[in-house]
Amino acid sequence: MAVATEEQILAGLAEIIDEIVGIDKAEVTPEKNFIDDLDIDSLSMVEIAVAAQDKFEVEIPDDELRNLKTVKDVVDFVQKLSV
Amino acid sequence: MSNKTTVVVTGLGATTPLGGDVPSTWSALLAGRSGVRKLDWEGVEELPVRFAAQLAVDPSEVMPKQTLRRLDRCQAIALIAAKEAWLHAGLKNRTKKGYEAEADGFEMDGERLGVVLSTGIGGLHSALGSYATYLEKGWSRVSPFTVPMLMPNGASGHVGIEYGATAGSHALVSACASSAEAVGYAIDMIRTGRADMVICGGTEACIHPLQMASFGVMRAMSTRNEEPERASRPYDKNRDGFVLGEGAAVMILESEEHARKRGATIHAIAAGCGYSGDSYDIVLPDPSGAGQAKAMRRALDNADLKPEDIVHVNAHATSTPSGDVAELNSIKAALGDAAKNITVTGTKSMTGHILGGAGALESVITILTLREGLVPPTANVEDLDDEVDLDIVRGEPRKIPDGPAAALNNSFGFGGHNVSVAFKRAL
Repeated sequence: MAVATEEQILAGLAEIIDEIVGIDKAEVTPEKNFIDDLDIDSLSMVEIAVAAQDKFEVEIPDDELRNLKTVKDVVDFVQKLSV
Repeated sequence: MSNKTTVVVTGLGATTPLGGDVPSTWSALLAGRSGVRKLDWEGVEELPVRFAAQLAVDPSEVMPKQTLRRLDRCQAIALIAAKEAWLHAGLKNRTKKGYEAEADGFEMDGERLGVVLSTGIGGLHSALGSYATYLEKGWSRVSPFTVPMLMPNGASGHVGIEYGATAGSHALVSACASSAEAVGYAIDMIRTGRADMVICGGTEACIHPLQMASFGVMRAMSTRNEEPERASRPYDKNRDGFVLGEGAAVMILESEEHARKRGATIHAIAAGCGYSGDSYDIVLPDPSGAGQAKAMRRALDNADLKPEDIVHVNAHATSTPSGDVAELNSIKAALGDAAKNITVTGTKSMTGHILGGAGALESVITILTLREGLVPPTANVEDLDDEVDLDIVRGEPRKIPDGPAAALNNSFGFGGHNVSVAFKRAL
């Protein structure tokens, strides 16, 4: 994936989250916190991060992963790297 | 009379090769139906044994795929059986997030609730699946759930989380005796005052090419590949080994006082448990049967029962040429003359051998035998072994008379672990 829009990244992330933890795609909106709002645990976050790296062809280092707390954080991170 | 706390059974759950719950499993047992089938794996023709007793209802039929991603198969089916037992006991439906506000039933205090859930093998599918991923894609693609999926206490941990059990969560491991030990440990948790209620049982799901190869190379399994349904045949002259099965069985054990206070239905009394170690060989049972007989006598002592109180034994009976008759000799040694009056059945003839789950499944079957007054038959006994001189129930289920009755459930495991659990009919 070369350059992706915010909407494309959000839709792709929502697909991953649905596949891995079974949360309805409509629930995955930018302001949602993975732990507090979506009830996603740390090990599932690792799975989601690995799937996101593959899908968006980006590298998410472990240090960065800790800072990605909301859906918007991931979308911004991926967009920054894929530009 | 002893001053031991009376422990009762108030809930039953199971998912087995015969059915996805206790009622369907029980009716198949009474009908003498086999749960053993041919395996349809790619490459199965390479294996010496090409059949097994696979679950009648796959967990994917009752659990969302996202939940199954993070559970080993043996953990998923333990949760399924635990849910059935929990609801059967009249307890309020709950998840790890707490009790469902709308549901009916008793809200158990988690501080007084324990878990003892065993497996003999653990998460074999997960361990090998993750290793295959590692070889193919490298370490970073291995599931982060691999460790909790392969650890043998995983099922116990998951059930403890689901039901808010904080009195203690345990996983005893002793091969094919594992979940019989779980019942014994649960009884002790209640008797010693650590808990008022314990979710206990066992689970196994290791029907995998590696297990077919490993047990196959030991020459421990039946090779009756052309007639899988008739392969598990304890006490028959032409038995040639055990049949691997998968399944889970869970019971709710409770102090009688606690059960009566909340008005629970009592299905049987979990009267006691006896143990011994053969100290003989890592896989072969001591041919003298001394260890097995000791476990049965200790179960009687622990349960304050006399040999004459026993009306029935659910035997370990795995359909191996030497094991089945040796166990009958042990029963005679333990019960003496009283052995002449008991019925014996080998239900692995229908369920296959679910290893670490067998003790719990056969405990459930023994409880139902006492409650319903019906002994399920041993299937596939066409030509009774000449050395069999106890009353093996076969063909049709057998009635056992009303009134006081007690039964033993035997389980023996590789390593020389002998466990016998005693149940009494609730009157």
